[in-house]
Amino acid sequence: MWRRLLLRLAAGLGVVVGATTLTFLLLHLAPGDPALHLVGPAASPEQLAARRTALGLDRPLPLQYAAWLRRAATGDWGESVATGRPVAGMLGQAWPATALLVGLSLALTYLLGVSLGVVQSAAGRRADTALSALSVALYAMPGYWLALMLILVFTYQLRVLPAFGAAGLDADFLAPGARLMDRLRHLVLPLATLTLIGVGGIARYVRGAMRHAAGAPFVLALRARGIGEARIRALHLLRNALVPVVTLLGLSLPALFSGAVFVEAVFAWPGVGRLMVEAVSARDYPVVMAATTVSAALVVLGNLAADLLLAAVDPRVR
Amino acid sequence: MTAPPARTRERDPLLSDGRVRLALAILGSAGLAALFAPLLVTAHPHATGDVTATRFLPPFATDPAQVFHPLGTDRLGRDVWARLVYGARVSLATGLLATGLAVLWGTLVGTAAGVWQGWLGIGLMALTDFFLALPRVVLLLVLAALWKPSGTLVIVVLALTGWMSVARLVYGETRSLMARDFIATARALGAGRPRLVRRHVLPNVLTPVVTAAALGLGHAIMLEAGLSFLGLGVQPPAPSWGNMIASGRDTLVNAPWVAIAPGLALVLVVVAASLLGDALADRLTPS
Repeated sequence: MWRRLLLRLAAGLGVVVGATTLTFLLLHLAPGDPALHLVGPAASPEQLAARRTALGLDRPLPLQYAAWLRRAATGDWGESVATGRPVAGMLGQAWPATALLVGLSLALTYLLGVSLGVVQSAAGRRADTALSALSVALYAMPGYWLALMLILVFTYQLRVLPAFGAAGLDADFLAPGARLMDRLRHLVLPLATLTLIGVGGIARYVRGAMRHAAGAPFVLALRARGIGEARIRALHLLRNALVPVVTLLGLSLPALFSGAVFVEAVFAWPGVGRLMVEAVSARDYPVVMAATTVSAALVVLGNLAADLLLAAVDPRVR
Repeated sequence: MTAPPARTRERDPLLSDGRVRLALAILGSAGLAALFAPLLVTAHPHATGDVTATRFLPPFATDPAQVFHPLGTDRLGRDVWARLVYGARVSLATGLLATGLAVLWGTLVGTAAGVWQGWLGIGLMALTDFFLALPRVVLLLVLAALWKPSGTLVIVVLALTGWMSVARLVYGETRSLMARDFIATARALGAGRPRLVRRHVLPNVLTPVVTAAALGLGHAIMLEAGLSFLGLGVQPPAPSWGNMIASGRDTLVNAPWVAIAPGLALVLVVVAASLLGDALADRLTPS
């Protein structure tokens, strides 16, 4: 168990370092010079050269990368090219928002998805088909479009929920209770979007796993002992169906994070995804590097957590 | 649209599956609409006339010039239906090309790793797992933002980030094939590995490949729209479902149809692709 965990940790570290290497290479292979971006088109060649030297861009690539890695390891992520603020501070502010959104959504997605899948496995043919149609439609729905539709209904038509940012403009002047309510109200639409687009996939998967488990010989044995269908489903089938579902948990994190990028973009949610989109369009190299590292690390850690959970659910894995 | 499934024992037509019929109907009409786009529209997809007179017309409206707009017009007075149909060209072509490239490359990696199981196989699959562990959208963003946005770039970028699941699937299938007797027989008869791949492995991995392609198509179409939505894909004024949704975002209050129409089209096509993929996958693993 511990050996396995250490191996996974090492592999995860490899993925994170690999991701930064890849991003670094891509950033430097791409046309366009960040120094030119900074000094502007009117600068003289000498000014450009001076800026390149200042940024370390005139040194060989491996050296630049080693320097970045050394500084990143000590927590120095450099400064944003666009805003001049320290990148570590920007990310420090952004990641809790993303973690909150993705974490809550992960829990809700699985809760709803597993319930839907279980209900479907017990439902009659008609209800099953209807719910299948619903789950495949949710699965096929782009997050940013669903987000716009929810905004259309809940913000513009019903005027009940805010659709911009993580807190109201007056948040600082509210009493603690009201401030919490304000936060929660801002969370509803992004969270609902991110959750709904994920529910379909999980439900489809759980339904399949339940059906698969229903064919196992132990079900026949349970029935022969006179145990009721509802009890079999709740205690025995679900437990067996959950094993592949937990494996899916690790795989759904990258997808969830990807979804968060779009959802954050639509709702102006102040998380890593929005930071990333903004940095990428502004060619803010240090921010892109840091955001890639953080998102890769989040995904790797999530996978690791899923692995541990799997060991808890399935004794055979231990 | 789809290749026929690999030889199956009972040869029952795939069309007896309701999901497949629905999927083919949707994909077929989208494909036909894209092909015959000029015949289906009453207005030019990105020419603008008298903007103040023709903008924000609701669906089924006729403008002062007596042009009928079945899905209304956007803020520049452009016909939403025309843009939708021309956008289908972009979405479907991008999706098909990107998926085709991804499937080709994934199959290549998967079979190579399955047939040459030494260091080459280990290396290739480690690479696959590495790319699989990266958040795809992050990679897409970095790739798409660094070069000048264009349709070609989107295709390349989607292919580069979409081949891994195909490779995994084909690799698993190839490995199990390599352990079978008929491969051992072929080897004993002196068949080299290239011949094994051509004659024995590739024909047998066709079904999983087609399945992966159908599922990948839906993803590719959705991601293309996503990139265009963020302004990193197809550039206006050329219509794509993604940039149509993005432009509809700003006019959500006074002209919601601008964003609703391309979104619905997108959902329908992606649903069709996943239904097709599901049906094919069910045939792969009979329960």
